Amino acid sequence: MRFLLRRLGFFVLTLWAAMTLNFFIPRMMPGNPAQAIKAQLNHSGHIASPAQLNALLASYGFDPHAGLLGQYLTYLKDMVTFDWGVSIGGSSLGTPVRKLIAQALPWTLGLVGTTTVMAFLLGTLIGIVAGWRRGGLIDGVVPPVFVVTSALPYFLVALVAIALLANGPHAPFPNDQNYDIGLQPSWSGQFIGNVLKHAVLPAASILITAIGGWILTMRNNMISTLGEDYVRMARAKGLSNRRIMFGYTARNAFLPNLSGFAMSLGFVVAGTILVEYVFNYPGLGHMFYVATASIDYPLLQVLFMLVTVTVLVCVLLCDFAVFLLDPRARAKG
Amino acid sequence: MSTILAESATVSSEPESIKRRRGGLWRAILHNRKAVVGLVLFLLFCLAAAFPHIFVPWLHGPPDKVGAFDSELHPSLHHWLGTTQLGQDVYAELIYGTRESLIIALVAGAGATIISVLIGVSAAYLGGLADDALSLFTDVFLVLPAFPLIIVLATFAGKGNLTVVVLVLIVTGWSYGARQMRAQGLSLRNRDFLESARVRGERRSYIILVEVLPTMTSLIAASFLGAALYSVLTAAGLQFIGLGDSSSLSWGTMLYWAQNQSALLSGFPAWALAPGVAVALLGVSFALLNYAFDEIGNPALRPVRRHRVKRANP
Repeated sequence: MRFLLRRLGFFVLTLWAAMTLNFFIPRMMPGNPAQAIKAQLNHSGHIASPAQLNALLASYGFDPHAGLLGQYLTYLKDMVTFDWGVSIGGSSLGTPVRKLIAQALPWTLGLVGTTTVMAFLLGTLIGIVAGWRRGGLIDGVVPPVFVVTSALPYFLVALVAIALLANGPHAPFPNDQNYDIGLQPSWSGQFIGNVLKHAVLPAASILITAIGGWILTMRNNMISTLGEDYVRMARAKGLSNRRIMFGYTARNAFLPNLSGFAMSLGFVVAGTILVEYVFNYPGLGHMFYVATASIDYPLLQVLFMLVTVTVLVCVLLCDFAVFLLDPRARAKG
Repeated sequence: MSTILAESATVSSEPESIKRRRGGLWRAILHNRKAVVGLVLFLLFCLAAAFPHIFVPWLHGPPDKVGAFDSELHPSLHHWLGTTQLGQDVYAELIYGTRESLIIALVAGAGATIISVLIGVSAAYLGGLADDALSLFTDVFLVLPAFPLIIVLATFAGKGNLTVVVLVLIVTGWSYGARQMRAQGLSLRNRDFLESARVRGERRSYIILVEVLPTMTSLIAASFLGAALYSVLTAAGLQFIGLGDSSSLSWGTMLYWAQNQSALLSGFPAWALAPGVAVALLGVSFALLNYAFDEIGNPALRPVRRHRVKRANP
């Protein structure tokens, strides 16, 4: 129980620290949100009265009359109560941040979420087999190949994919957007097929770069675990190979990987900015890029907060999972 | 053969054999195929960064000079990778761009490693409240979304400032290594040789610098390579989406301009892909060296070569 309380305490403390950092980073930077908004408004043809400007600023916790502490407290309250204000970016000026996020989130979850889980499961499985068949055919190929793929930059894989498969009028795959322009979103087979077709290349490029790390760590964990006494004991008991492989070795080798998986699952919400940028995929990563380019403070703050919270929640869930799966963690706590 | 050599490298840590141990490590690297490939690639890049003109002896004037050649030529014998829309030779730019990319990787990698050693080892060695505080600090940085943070920092703190990019890479890149350092440091904490140093009355700084750090060399090297790999990929990504200095000469900037002119879709794949491949190769060289260090440190991970063993023991 102490273990869980400790983790919960860590959760709250880290969340607070990350949100505080999130609050201060924009304010430490040169330049001033008021100027940024004014420039933004002038740029897009709106002319704001000082009252409007103040209302805008106040809407994301930047009341010019409140001190830094007051601003900070309002910010914390707004983030926690889902009062996220409106966007001040060029193309999405005045749209509630909540609405923007609701639009982009499903696409990122669908694309990056699915591929992250797939990469983890597939990578772990390949790692188990490679580590188990030490020195076998698979193990001879796996480490060198995946050391290389894990060092490839996302955008290179994405660019090569476009060059090979999405270039020219008769290309088998489209090279941008999440579905064809002019198609009405619906649950029809045609629309879903179109969405899947648009997702193939970005998904493949994420998968190719992400899977190597999982394979290599799982293989190495497997090999270390195979040397443990309890594996030898299982062999001496005459258990079936499959049972030793999955029930004894993989089960223990898998645990250290779980926290890494939890973190990468949390970072799904950040989207893979580069992939979404290359494919013009309208997910949260792309939104992040646009928000930075147009200095959209309210949107950025919320995006940051969302990512941090998701990562922390995933790490917390992983701690609970380890607590359930690993008797040693329970004994320690 | 290689296992015996490497074992002598890891086992003999007595001070009298420091010279021999170094030789052992060096030989272990030379006997590891991944390490050799990684090392050769890395040295090639170093050569290109230090003496770029060796690779493009025909070039007169700066490589990014506008209008030096006809614009948008396809790859040929004269221009191996073609030319850009401004008439720069892509191959020459690629060679001269090595320097900035390599410097970013090495400086940011070194900076991140130094911080992670300082914080990780201090946390492990000091223990108690200091450890709790430092660990919390590390964990906060670990869960911060690095790439978004980098984008925001790089934008707000002046686009394209090289120092800013490097600093940001260091700030976001040290935490993972620090965690490993702490774990390793904790496992060393109660060893006899540290106990004896304490009994001798050595200062803490002496113990950490002279007694603890040398035993962590391979972890520090691995951590440096990991941080350098991260820096190469991230810096290139940053420049690729246009947050670097668009007039600087580096692979990421080349990618940015190629993408800007949609080189890929308008029939100039070499221009768009070559800098990406260069980034990937530098990354691969770091990753190979990193993995090889793992293998050298932990013989169990090495590839099994059954045939060789048979020949060695007839």
